[in-house]
Amino acid sequence: MTTLSERILGAPAGSYVDCRVDRCYVHDGTGVLTLEAYQAMQAERIARRDRTYVLFDHIVPANNSVTAGLQAELRRFARDRGLPFTDVGEGICHQVMGEGIVLPGEIVVGADSHTCTLGAFGAFATGVGATDMAAIWADGGTWFRVPETIAIFLSGSLKEPAEAKDLALTYVSRLSMDGATYKALEFVGDGVQSLSMESRMTLSNLAVETGAKAGLFYADGTTCAYLGDYGHSVSPQVPDESSYPQRLEIDISDIVPVVAVPPRVDTVRPVGDLAGLPLDQVFVGTCTNGRYGDLERFARIVRGKKVRVRTLVAPASRRVLARASATGVLSWLIEAGCTILPPGCGPCLGAHQGVLGEGEVCLSTANRNFRNRMGVGGEIYLASPATAAASALAGALAVPEVPR
Amino acid sequence: MKVEGPAVCLGADIDTDIIIAGRYLRTKDRSVWATHVFEDMDPALAPRLRGAVIVAGKNFGCGSSREQAAIALREAGVRCVIAPSFARIFFRNAINTGLPVMECECPCMEGKKVVADPASGRIEIGGRVFFARPLSPRMLGILSAGGLVEYWRKKR
Ligand code: SF4
Repeated sequence: MTTLSERILGAPAGSYVDCRVDRCYVHDGTGVLTLEAYQAMQAERIARRDRTYVLFDHIVPANNSVTAGLQAELRRFARDRGLPFTDVGEGICHQVMGEGIVLPGEIVVGADSHTCTLGAFGAFATGVGATDMAAIWADGGTWFRVPETIAIFLSGSLKEPAEAKDLALTYVSRLSMDGATYKALEFVGDGVQSLSMESRMTLSNLAVETGAKAGLFYADGTTCAYLGDYGHSVSPQVPDESSYPQRLEIDISDIVPVVAVPPRVDTVRPVGDLAGLPLDQVFVGTCTNGRYGDLERFARIVRGKKVRVRTLVAPASRRVLARASATGVLSWLIEAGCTILPPGCGPCLGAHQGVLGEGEVCLSTANRNFRNRMGVGGEIYLASPATAAASALAGALAVPEVPR
Repeated sequence: MKVEGPAVCLGADIDTDIIIAGRYLRTKDRSVWATHVFEDMDPALAPRLRGAVIVAGKNFGCGSSREQAAIALREAGVRCVIAPSFARIFFRNAINTGLPVMECECPCMEGKKVVADPASGRIEIGGRVFFARPLSPRMLGILSAGGLVEYWRKKR
């Protein structure tokens, strides 16, 4: 048997391999450090210019003159070298790379831990540090240890109001925060069929919260259709008859809306257990849940009503924003009293836009609820867009209703 | 790139905070890290590391991703770290900063001579022979250059 990681990296689990990298990317945060390391290496040129992406998303538009200066330098470098570059407002790196750029079977490396999001496309996608990335710029390749794999067997299909995010938090809590250290997760089983590309990206996105190096889906009809819309014609990846050494089985029909209680993403409880907990802020967005479907589900619940707590919505990309604008979702959000932020990470990393004050509680659709992440003394509960919508209307943690 | 030296035995789950405490990170003077390495676990350990080979338990280097942990061990004179498993980021940091690391389950005999060859994976300790996973050619190239930045400077 061969796992998808073994197939893509071309060697059995445990081996060390030297690989060409099909696509690599940095954002405005890690890109600055990568550039510094690259300059220290005194390499002559970027090995694979057309596959070396620079995407601005973390602190956009710049929040002060120091950030602005660093961003200007990286922007100049990207433009001078002719690298594929997306500026302020285009969206979160993992989302943009997932809009018709990354293809099944590719090796993708990003200077950001949530690069694993792109495993949703049947690619081997993982994060590295800035020095590693600088060497990839210089050489076009790097080394990996081929990871062992934990199979997550999914059966059944999600029952509303549960969403992919509830499933994601559930598997994270079952594996725990270090349950998959150095391993890859593969999502397999009949239950996968019913999951949209957006849902798969949400599931792959949280893989790193279990310590995993990657979280992969086999490309299937859904993947091919999604990429077909971007003009790619790709073939499905057929799984081997595999007997995975480690497996976790989840019947996704059993999933209920859940919330991750700070400060650990693996402390997961049904939303019902904590209903009524007062909130100071609701945040919808990020590389976990800032896609069109997320905004749409949220908007359908708040449409024609008013939110009772400050509610920030940051679309994951310009494409998401444009679609929300075309379908009317955007105006439902605005009329319900939500504040729309530019496409990007927004308040997720606590650097600007919606930083929490001491003692404030935020319900966020992101992936991390570490202490102080969104502001010193602030607390972050993680949940799905539907739970975020019900809670924004209540001003307190609330279970989303089953839509009629 | 054979290395040899007396074995220093350590337990499992040695985290990067224990290797070099957070309070020493804010400096560019690498000798500071070498002096304070393992200080919170055993202040007498640092001087014994010069020329030694660490043989540790599983999950060596877990916790924070600080690259200084690998640099501290190298600066303190550690020739190689052998453990059944390493935390992913520490492992990459070690190779990238020129500290040989070998994945191998072998018993530790305190003070006994260890001869280890990262290229072949062969480890000899107290007369017994074990085999670690061989590293890839690129990883060996980085190690023998002394780290990733040096590897690139030389390649140029
Ligand atoms: S949205 Fe949050 S988790 Fe995702 S890349 Fe941006 S800062 Fe990181």
